[in-house]
Amino acid sequence: MPAKRHAASTASAAPASPTPNTPTPLSKSLSSGPATLKSNASAVEIAQLVWEQYLSSTPQRTLLLDAFMAFLVLVGGLQFLYCALAGNYPFNAFLSGFSAAVGQFVLTASLRMQTSEPTGQSKPSSKGKNARFAEEPEEQGAVTASHERAFADYIFGSLILHFFCVNFIN
Amino acid sequence: MAHPALDVLLKGSSGRSTRGLLRIIILCTIAAAAVSSRLFSVIRFESIIHEFDPWFNFRATKYLVQNGFYSFWDWFDDRTWHPLGRVTGGTLYPGLMVTSGVIYHVMRFLTFPVDIRNICVLLAPAFSGLTALAMYLLTSEMTTSPSAGLLAAAFMGITPGYISRSVAGSYDNEAIAIFLLVFTFFLWIKAVKNGSIMWGALTALFYGYMVSAWGGYVFITNLIPLHIFVLLCMGRYSSRLYISYTTWYALGTLASMQIPFVGFLPIRNSDHMSALGVFGLIQLVAFAEFVRGFLPGKQFQRLLTSMVLITFGLGFGMLVLLSVSGVIAPWSGRFYSLWDTAYAKVHIPIIASVSEHQPTAWPAFFFDLNFLIWLFPAGVYLCFQKLKDEHVFVVIYAVLSSYFAGVMVRLMLTLTPIVCVAAALALSAILDNFLVISAPTPPAKTDTNKSDKVKKPIGIYSYFSKTFVTCSAVLYLLIFVAHCTWVTSNAYSSPSVVLASKLPDGSQYIIDDYREAYYWLRQNTPDNAKIMSWWDYGYQIGGMADRPTLVDNNTWNNTHIATVGKAMSSREEVSYPILRQHDVDYVLVVFGGLLGYSGDDLNKFLWMVRIAEGIWPDEVSEREFFTARGEYRVDDEATPAMKNSLMYKMSYHNYQNLFPPGQAADRVRGTKLPADTPQLNTLDEAFTSENWIIRIYKVKDLDNFGRDHSSAVAFDKGHKKKRAAKKKGPRVLRTE
Repeated sequence: MPAKRHAASTASAAPASPTPNTPTPLSKSLSSGPATLKSNASAVEIAQLVWEQYLSSTPQRTLLLDAFMAFLVLVGGLQFLYCALAGNYPFNAFLSGFSAAVGQFVLTASLRMQTSEPTGQSKPSSKGKNARFAEEPEEQGAVTASHERAFADYIFGSLILHFFCVNFIN
Repeated sequence: MAHPALDVLLKGSSGRSTRGLLRIIILCTIAAAAVSSRLFSVIRFESIIHEFDPWFNFRATKYLVQNGFYSFWDWFDDRTWHPLGRVTGGTLYPGLMVTSGVIYHVMRFLTFPVDIRNICVLLAPAFSGLTALAMYLLTSEMTTSPSAGLLAAAFMGITPGYISRSVAGSYDNEAIAIFLLVFTFFLWIKAVKNGSIMWGALTALFYGYMVSAWGGYVFITNLIPLHIFVLLCMGRYSSRLYISYTTWYALGTLASMQIPFVGFLPIRNSDHMSALGVFGLIQLVAFAEFVRGFLPGKQFQRLLTSMVLITFGLGFGMLVLLSVSGVIAPWSGRFYSLWDTAYAKVHIPIIASVSEHQPTAWPAFFFDLNFLIWLFPAGVYLCFQKLKDEHVFVVIYAVLSSYFAGVMVRLMLTLTPIVCVAAALALSAILDNFLVISAPTPPAKTDTNKSDKVKKPIGIYSYFSKTFVTCSAVLYLLIFVAHCTWVTSNAYSSPSVVLASKLPDGSQYIIDDYREAYYWLRQNTPDNAKIMSWWDYGYQIGGMADRPTLVDNNTWNNTHIATVGKAMSSREEVSYPILRQHDVDYVLVVFGGLLGYSGDDLNKFLWMVRIAEGIWPDEVSEREFFTARGEYRVDDEATPAMKNSLMYKMSYHNYQNLFPPGQAADRVRGTKLPADTPQLNTLDEAFTSENWIIRIYKVKDLDNFGRDHSSAVAFDKGHKKKRAAKKKGPRVLRTE
């Protein structure tokens, strides 16, 4: 039961800001699940473990992307806060600003997935999680694009995104 | 697979390119067949815009071409909805008009001076050719069989379910929307397969185009999130899903908000909330996956699923809460009528009154899809056999759209593509399995040996079974083609502006009353004479007669329509002030009694009464138009409310004089009529078309001496009657 309570609180926090990916707060509450199930370590310790592991195992380039994503979450959160507190008068402007942040975040996350996948796939992480449907990706064939291709896609997506935002901002 | 057979035919290494060439030729032929099978109406009648809605689209396109894009965008139309006007630029889906405008200007640039009308007429066939190509691409994503895509393209090209909305001249939103629908789905499947931002962004772009073209985009908006949701529930999360979905959602939502008519709907309307919910959900799932990379816990799966469920529940609860509290607009009426088929009839008569919103009758499925409809389940079953991500999509699409197609006739259109995909999958599976062995005659021997080794357990080697199955498949295909041609030529190629009938000697007789009457209006009335008619004819009057109307097919203001309904269904003394207040100069009714044309106003009359009753329950009552035994009659036993209604009087005014006394009959309703013609006091007959289909009345001005019209008419009549009595005494006596 306590695990579920925690999960519920996470979920209820999520709709408030659609981009709940700031590493620290969420990982804390998520890791509380394994904490009660698996070991006797406290949630904070596990979070620290995750954090250290993350810092040590992530390459520099990906860290840069993550910093950018955190920044976008901050920007989006600020805008949302402003909208909630000071009213949404230029609603077009708010929407395009907010969705620019969200969209860029999402695109960056996609880029991060594409670029870090080849390294991440060999790690035990994907082996453990995909046990049930491990045959799927193999059957699908190697769809991982090259880093250059991923980056070109990213530029393409961002261009479209910002074109729409500028067009919508009034 | 058809590889070996073709390879033997085409000698090995060159076979590949030959096959590619063949495929291109076949696709071009299919596109040509798709285009040409839609030209019946142009050949039989002429290059003319059909039906009702296309006339508005045509008018809007002309406006766009004449006045440029920006004034089209800001177009305020004061010639419709007379006292109110309509913000046309902000209340239409501009995709269709902009598309034909662009084509027009490109043609101009290439020095082909093509009339805009011809572009509009031929746009739908041209796009149906493209739809066939898109269908080929979509189906080719589903299977490795090379023939499935071609079959699907051929099916899509000629199936009546799609032709019904895309014959030449039916210049409607669906004309380009179905192409966009299929192509968007193709891009979406591609995005899911590749997991690249580019395909996701392209999906979003075409989704945006689709939003600008047709209100049915909501179908995509809900189908794609559902696909993702089902995949998540099946435990098939992967970064491909995350990339394609989030890219599509972030870009597609922004793109859809660029259309003024859609505006803030994607974040306000409940129809769009599922997409938002799944967007949030997939973020959580992605993050959970990410964290799990660092914590290889066994119980994570359970935690994940419980989290997913709770989030979904919470999101749904929040959605309900917000809908109830009114932050998010509730579902639109049409949406409700999708779930509860009786909803519209009870609450919104104006939606129920449209014939294409009625539930589908079951023969319609066979009529529109022929043998595809029974191959359809087989194809869906084949998808279950493989069940990769894209097959899940087919299954979901099939289930949803078959439900929707059963609810509303017009949604048959969304069912058609998936039926073509599934049927092509099934048929190509059959043909591949049998044809690989039964190669064309000369090399059959070696071929049989080869496949004998490969497929032993199936007992289908005998030439008998092969030929039997192949022949029956070919037979069905031939019947399908014959059926499609027959349906297209007989059922779907009538412009409904121009009617055709056969004379007893078999020659064709063209009934052109509509255009006759609209042209009369155009040439004999002042430029700003207001025409009142039932809303069905609003667009046509605007397009062909170029006169302001009170109501039209864009039924945005129910009260205004009800006003017209009340004017039509009330006594003259009640109607006349309404007509005066709305500056009505002419009233137009459609009357099919002489010709037996069943789509006339008296048959639609009950809807007018119902819609008026919805607003003025005290003044108009549907019950009064039925006899004591509950019959809807127009003859001697018609109720007083019926006989005194403006609509009745306008329809039958002077009609009895066509017949010998006492023998007047209405051929639509198959009844004899009262002997004397109804007395119209406040209107003058202005024009009646050749076959009496359209009758136009002029609203009388106020009487010079301040009398009311009935007494003025009585006075005039009495005066005349005395003079006439001297000439033909006995007849006048009888009419009294």
